[in-house]
Amino acid sequence: MFLCALLSIVVTIGIIVVLAFEAVAFFRHVSIVEFFTDTRWFPLLEPRHFGVLPLLAGTFTIVVGSAVIGIPVGVASAIYLSEYASARARGIVKPVLEILAGIPTVVYGYFALTFVTPLLKHVVPSTNIFNAASASIVVGIMILPMVASLCDDALRAVPDSLRQGAYALGATPFEVATRVVVPGALSGIVASFVLALSRAVGETMAVTIAAGATPKLTLNPFESIQTMTAYIVQVSLGDTPAGSTEYQTIFAVGALLFCITLAANLAANRILRRFREVYE
Amino acid sequence: MSRLLAAPANLRRRHRAARAFRAICTVLTWFCLVLLAVLLVHATREGLPWLDLQFLSEFPSRFPERAGIKSALYGTLWLIGFTALFSIPIGVSAAIYLEEYAGRSRINTAIEVSIANLAGVPSIVYGILGLAVFVRWMALGRSVLAGAMTMSLLILPVIIIASREALRAVPNSIRYAAYALGATKWQTVRHHVLPSALSGILTGTILALSRAIGETAPLIMIGALTYVAFVPSGPMDQFTALPIQIFNWVSRPQQDFHELAAAGIVVLLVVLLLMNAVAVFIRHRSQRYRL
Repeated sequence: MFLCALLSIVVTIGIIVVLAFEAVAFFRHVSIVEFFTDTRWFPLLEPRHFGVLPLLAGTFTIVVGSAVIGIPVGVASAIYLSEYASARARGIVKPVLEILAGIPTVVYGYFALTFVTPLLKHVVPSTNIFNAASASIVVGIMILPMVASLCDDALRAVPDSLRQGAYALGATPFEVATRVVVPGALSGIVASFVLALSRAVGETMAVTIAAGATPKLTLNPFESIQTMTAYIVQVSLGDTPAGSTEYQTIFAVGALLFCITLAANLAANRILRRFREVYE
Repeated sequence: MSRLLAAPANLRRRHRAARAFRAICTVLTWFCLVLLAVLLVHATREGLPWLDLQFLSEFPSRFPERAGIKSALYGTLWLIGFTALFSIPIGVSAAIYLEEYAGRSRINTAIEVSIANLAGVPSIVYGILGLAVFVRWMALGRSVLAGAMTMSLLILPVIIIASREALRAVPNSIRYAAYALGATKWQTVRHHVLPSALSGILTGTILALSRAIGETAPLIMIGALTYVAFVPSGPMDQFTALPIQIFNWVSRPQQDFHELAAAGIVVLLVVLLLMNAVAVFIRHRSQRYRL
């Protein structure tokens, strides 16, 4: 049984070793300075350029876009669930959020491409078939249940005595929620944001299907872009021989992805532990 | 002018703000319900005309009207079968070790930390790991086995975390009672703790497996094929899976294939809903019969 538990350490080390090993091989061909400063990413065709910035920018666009959608709605749902909802409403909303969280990401990709994009085209006619906006929207829907349920847990951990104290001083429900309960659960709420964003960084299928495959530095959300994850999928769909530089790029990009999500997850844990509000 | 006289107008404003805030939160929450409904209705409306027995029993094809998901269904079945075979024993044993046996030592802390971190690693990174270790290094090729092993690693943290919660919910009085009757540690775990935690473990495991059914990215990484016109006959065969088939159809430009993808999605969602229903049923039943 100990060995089974030990497996988790082996897997962690395995991931790090595999990523580091091939990424080091990659950086023997391509300097790390070029990787982080070149603004072009054309790894498959001559003349080759290995600048990861366009992919990073693509991921960043998706993360920001999904945060704009997912975080406000998620927090609002959490406040509704913990402060306003009747037991019956809770009994409906909670399972709905669970189902939303359980829908496979490939389904969200389909939804983005065949439903959200045509909708966006009505609003902004210049929208590309593949665009960052519709991918961001569905990734936002995807992280919404996570934000909602984690924030709900955090809000419900705030003891009722604090609420009752605030009401006794004449506060309205709005003031109780925003000045007492939310500050009282802040560490949990912020941690849920960080975890949700880390999930958005690692999101793969929806952005592969809906955001496109053109790595470029752009701020226009209606253009086609490419994220780090979508690039990795694109390469592995093709037939790239092991050991080639193209093959190694997926490990270099994967290593960067792993570092970003790991840093985010550690940060979330840190926030939870350092700033936890302790109630008796 | 005293502050008291100014209060009513101020109070009215504050209550207006409170009502508006409540309305906003309520509307945004129920908006999630609408979203889910729109998503389901959209997929069903697009896919339903294609959904018939032929769709379930045909292999994929270049011609939309003849295409089906037979190989994908079988592939998913093989994949999940092997994933369950690997991940459940390992995950549950790890949970039992961590909850019942592990003391406070440095290695146990390291295990806890790595499980927590692994739960947050993006699924595509597991795919990269599977590609490098199972497909290339262990030379399993693009087989069902390599896919199942990758999937197992992916859902192990989920199973371990859920099983630990179930084990933790077993009251200590049960353990003490067993010890008082002279049971050994293992007898206590085997005959008392594990049966009490079983429903929780089952629920968590089913949910973890349903996550594995929907995962696409790691399978693409390890090279599950997108066009397979045969049914796998053993763990070393190549395969495709339901989400891969859906992805393949979605990425084609023709409208017909998008509708086929919708039909595939309906099948996938029905399978997932059934699994969730089973999980909910088990949880519900165990709550009713709990002493």
